[in-house]
Amino acid sequence: MYALKDKYAIAGIGYTDFTAKSGRTVLDLALEAGSKAMADAGVGAADVDGVISYHFNDSVPSIAVATGLGLPEARYAVEFSSGGNAANLIVLSAAAAIEAGLAKTVLCYRAMNGRSGFRLGGGRDMASRGITQFTAPFGWITYPQAMAMWCRRHMIKYGTTSEQMGAVAVSCRNHAQLNERAMMRAPMSLADHQASRMIVEPFHLLDICLESDGACAVLVTKAERARDLKPKPVYIMGGAYGGGPFQGDDLFDAIRWPEHAHNYAKYIANDLWASAGVGPKDIDVAEIYDCFTYSVIMQLEGLGFCKEGEGGAFVQNGRIGLGGEIPVNTHGGLLSEAYIHGFNHVIEAVEQLRGQSGARQVPDAEIALTTAGAMTCGSALVLRN
Amino acid sequence: MSHLNKPVPAPDPDTKPFWDGCRKHELLIQECDACGRFHFPPAGRCPHCGATGSRWVKASGKGTVYSWIVVVHPVPKEVYAGEVPYVVALVDLEEGVRMATNIVGCDPHAVTANMPVEVSFQDVADDLTLPCFRPAKPSA
Ligand SMILES: [Zn+2]
Repeated sequence: MYALKDKYAIAGIGYTDFTAKSGRTVLDLALEAGSKAMADAGVGAADVDGVISYHFNDSVPSIAVATGLGLPEARYAVEFSSGGNAANLIVLSAAAAIEAGLAKTVLCYRAMNGRSGFRLGGGRDMASRGITQFTAPFGWITYPQAMAMWCRRHMIKYGTTSEQMGAVAVSCRNHAQLNERAMMRAPMSLADHQASRMIVEPFHLLDICLESDGACAVLVTKAERARDLKPKPVYIMGGAYGGGPFQGDDLFDAIRWPEHAHNYAKYIANDLWASAGVGPKDIDVAEIYDCFTYSVIMQLEGLGFCKEGEGGAFVQNGRIGLGGEIPVNTHGGLLSEAYIHGFNHVIEAVEQLRGQSGARQVPDAEIALTTAGAMTCGSALVLRN
Repeated sequence: MSHLNKPVPAPDPDTKPFWDGCRKHELLIQECDACGRFHFPPAGRCPHCGATGSRWVKASGKGTVYSWIVVVHPVPKEVYAGEVPYVVALVDLEEGVRMATNIVGCDPHAVTANMPVEVSFQDVADDLTLPCFRPAKPSA
């Protein structure tokens, strides 16, 4: 269990514009986000000696970012070969690396041309090796196809409806309208969600996240050092990474997962809350991984915001909107802000805790949750100001 | 049904017996020598007890639909445009293992949860047979 409560903090954040066609290299995007995070914290290249990222060979290596930013002493430049499930893991790993003396200040980033370059969700390996020889030959290839299977199982087991999933999409869009950096700001109604074309049943188009070009970065350092820096520190209270039994060989190998109506969240909840010393009732704002609408419902259940099977009803009637019981995805999420693979959720949580979220600010937000992952493994952070 | 340009299995030492079985229209799964449990996907080591010995046994080919999707939007378009809508399902076999498959032989929207299904081998190429499933015939 993560045992460094409040000892580390996020001391700076940076991000690029989120677009469908950046016209720039992924490296250039990463360097912009990274240098902005350093400027935000008020530190120079000599102060940063670690760089961590996660990607599926659709980005740039950490050493390239360390080199591009001119870090004179890059002691710890590593990356995880991982999907969005690692978005919070890299922040925890930064704290762990500093605790171990491998670095002093670590830049964490995710950078991608996810729409104009390599389109992660549709670009499955068609070679059908390893576990995918038992999935791809049946035309089970894309991310939406993989996750629709989980969503359907929740519908089978609990009677969750498409309208309930639509409530997640509409809530995210409502928030995106208050967020100048969101890619999708046109109003959306539940009727719009229901009328959007079917992609893979049970998913309508508006159950599926965006594809985006952009980069996000945060700077992690010791809490006492963060207190000496310019911005208000955002402390890492706790966090967790993992999943349940039989997580499988890859994204599509959820064949042996015991019950697809639950995802990783159920399995990391105890570690997460114990590490932070708080529970769901203490969370003022939650940025929950929404690659697809259903994943928000499953994570709310798994982390204990509501009972298993009640997530569909829980997300209706404005409970996850601004002013509701627990405001979720105040930036618009992956569904309406941008798909920076979950790292934009960390940015939003930090801005909320700094009181910098403008029209979408949750009043007096003190404790925030960020999560990442939709299937067999994932990560989460509890942050405070 | 043509399998042109679709993903084809690349059998490896663990999985070749399964695919060879399909070509003979036999649905083979592994039964662990040590703990007697069945496992799938094929592996050299039992995921339940860690033992390395197992034997290939012919499954009954009967099961039920655990979950399913209906693919409407074809990806890649040039490969699947002529196939949609099609059903991908996770089927629980009587033996207690789960497989991904296609449900054939019925309207894609006729598939329901827990629907009884049986294996229906599809010879999609000279050297490739896929273990698909169809609605089970009502037992007499
Ligand atoms: Zn065994």
